[in-house]
Amino acid sequence: MQLWLIPLLPLAGFVINGVLGRRFPKALINTVAIGSVALSFAWVLKTLLGLGDLQNVYTEHYFTWIQSGALNIGCDFAVDRLTAVMLLVVTGIGSLIHVHSMGYMAHEGGYYRFFAYLNLFMFFMLVLVLAANYLLLFVGWEGVGLCSYLLIGFYFDKQFATNAGNKAFIVNRIGDFGFSLAVFYIFKNFGSLDFHTVFQQAPGASEAALTTIGLLLMVGACGKSAQIPLYVWLPDAMAGPTPVSALIHAATMVTAGVYMCARSWPIYTHAPEALNVIAVIGIATAFMAASIGLVQNDIKKVFAYSTVSQLGYMFVGVGCGAFSAGIYHLVTHAFFKALLFLGSGSVIHALSGEQDLRHMGGLRGKIPWTCWTMFCASLAIAGFPFTSGFLSKDAILLAAHGHAPWMFWLGTLTAGMTAFYVFRAFFMAFFGQYRGHEHPHESPATMTGPLVVLAILSLAGGYLFRVPEFLSTIFPASEAPEDLTLMVIASSAGLVGILIAWVMYVAKPGIADSLAAALKLPYTFLYNKLYVDEIYDATVVKPLVGGSRVLLWKVMDAGIIDGMVNGVGSRARNLGSVLRLLQSGNIRSYATWVLFGSVLVIVALGIAGGLR
Amino acid sequence: MAEVPISWFLTLSAVLFALGVAGFLFRRNIITVFMSIELMLNAVNLSFITFSYQLKQVNGHLLAFFVMVVAAAEAAVGLAIILTVFKNRSTLNIDEVDSMKN
Repeated sequence: MQLWLIPLLPLAGFVINGVLGRRFPKALINTVAIGSVALSFAWVLKTLLGLGDLQNVYTEHYFTWIQSGALNIGCDFAVDRLTAVMLLVVTGIGSLIHVHSMGYMAHEGGYYRFFAYLNLFMFFMLVLVLAANYLLLFVGWEGVGLCSYLLIGFYFDKQFATNAGNKAFIVNRIGDFGFSLAVFYIFKNFGSLDFHTVFQQAPGASEAALTTIGLLLMVGACGKSAQIPLYVWLPDAMAGPTPVSALIHAATMVTAGVYMCARSWPIYTHAPEALNVIAVIGIATAFMAASIGLVQNDIKKVFAYSTVSQLGYMFVGVGCGAFSAGIYHLVTHAFFKALLFLGSGSVIHALSGEQDLRHMGGLRGKIPWTCWTMFCASLAIAGFPFTSGFLSKDAILLAAHGHAPWMFWLGTLTAGMTAFYVFRAFFMAFFGQYRGHEHPHESPATMTGPLVVLAILSLAGGYLFRVPEFLSTIFPASEAPEDLTLMVIASSAGLVGILIAWVMYVAKPGIADSLAAALKLPYTFLYNKLYVDEIYDATVVKPLVGGSRVLLWKVMDAGIIDGMVNGVGSRARNLGSVLRLLQSGNIRSYATWVLFGSVLVIVALGIAGGLR
Repeated sequence: MAEVPISWFLTLSAVLFALGVAGFLFRRNIITVFMSIELMLNAVNLSFITFSYQLKQVNGHLLAFFVMVVAAAEAAVGLAIILTVFKNRSTLNIDEVDSMKN
């Protein structure tokens, strides 16, 4: 079925735009970049239609990549139902975001560079989801990390953007270290890295080994999918252009960790301890990020924390053993969060770069398309009944209730907070009086078109793509039964959140400020993101930098290594200064030495027994 | 006619060699030093010839010829150097030719 064409098309787009794009007119760059991704999407559709109902895994082997002793790693791509879902999300949402970027980036420098990076990202992301073994998955994993770094630091002349890029890259290294350890451990235990072989042997392996593998994989997933304690890079990653935030830091790359955990489900089902840890980390992240999101004033920061929080939900789903619910939420989240980011991009574009919610307001009439599409996304993320977000969040919360009831209640509370902060941002941007000084203008059709498509998907995507039913053939059935009471409780939490936001920011706008003043301490605490960055700085970064400076630089490098090199030099110099005395420059003294030496040789030979 | 004993030749060779060494060490004029070197070479030649004659072997003659060739080459080069040194420094005092030192 020529699966290799799927990732190769964006790679070709990257090469063409990356090498020649500098001289291309914008129309040609658009054609190459968007065309390659759209073709890739079309090829995905054709492939999936050709493969039928995908009851079995369809694998293609291209060549042996690494062969060394027992290690045999092929360049293999495989498609099963999970991959099919991911392929559709990545190429589908990717195409929409490419189209949107055309309008968003129209007035920015580095146009060809932006699209080249975006295409390269698509290539690596598709390698990641198509890979049929852990090492190839790791290639895609690292590749998307690289592209994320390049695109966060896209405005490389701005200090904060390059810093954010570095932060993302370095924090991800910590997670990737865990992931690579997991890969080594998998190979040690199973003698193979192929998903098929590993998962076949997984039930026979010891639980301790599987738990270790599961936890190490989880460390990798925590880095990529921005979970506690490695989530700190994602909010800063908003320094990149907004379509990047939508594509990489909301819809696709950050969900790679969830995908990888769901892919490794045969390992996790035999390691319940590891699953439990994932669920706890997920719910903690969901709650904490939502609480920080309550008070942020930068529109992208709000959605960034919201992404962290929603990724937490997906982790809860996976951690409760409801893998299909996690993937379901991954898909619907890709719809509504991509829409929220693209919508905020459209707002920022309309206001010529303004991101502060306090300088917005009343934009409803000025940019109606953006406003009402974002309204759909806000409803979906708030879990408004019968939107796609409602269906997926509900599936997760039900599974959480089956796993541990406290998780359900915390998740429901988080859902209420989610509804509140999203609608707070929505009301602050689109309702009330306009508080800025720009002249807002509606975005071009290339930008609003994708918004409309995503809005439809946000509302109805949950019905169009019945992900849990589709995936029920791969994942073990989650035992949580439908429970109407819990559904009502969970969705009413969202409604209450929306209502409070309405009261505080539309009906009686004074309440918000007086409440912030009344709860000054918790407000400042949340406003400063719980001081996590500062804590990390004090406990990890400073000691590390200080330790490197003192121990590695001053002691190790300057002291021992330089000391050795300089020591050899100065010893030779000292010896030379003694031997130098022999070189008097006086020919007769040299002759004396020669004579002395010859006599010495003759005497020595005489003692040794003479010449024979 | 009584043969001259071997030891006489060797003693003469040793005396000549010692004279060469002494001249090399104690004279300051470069030409004298140079002549001392030639004297040492020829003293050695004399020993070679003596032993060659005594042992009825041709090796000593051979080596003597080699030494003469080398000495001739050395004389040519050495004299050229001496000429250049004198032209540049207007002196033949060996103690003053020490620019490598400083």
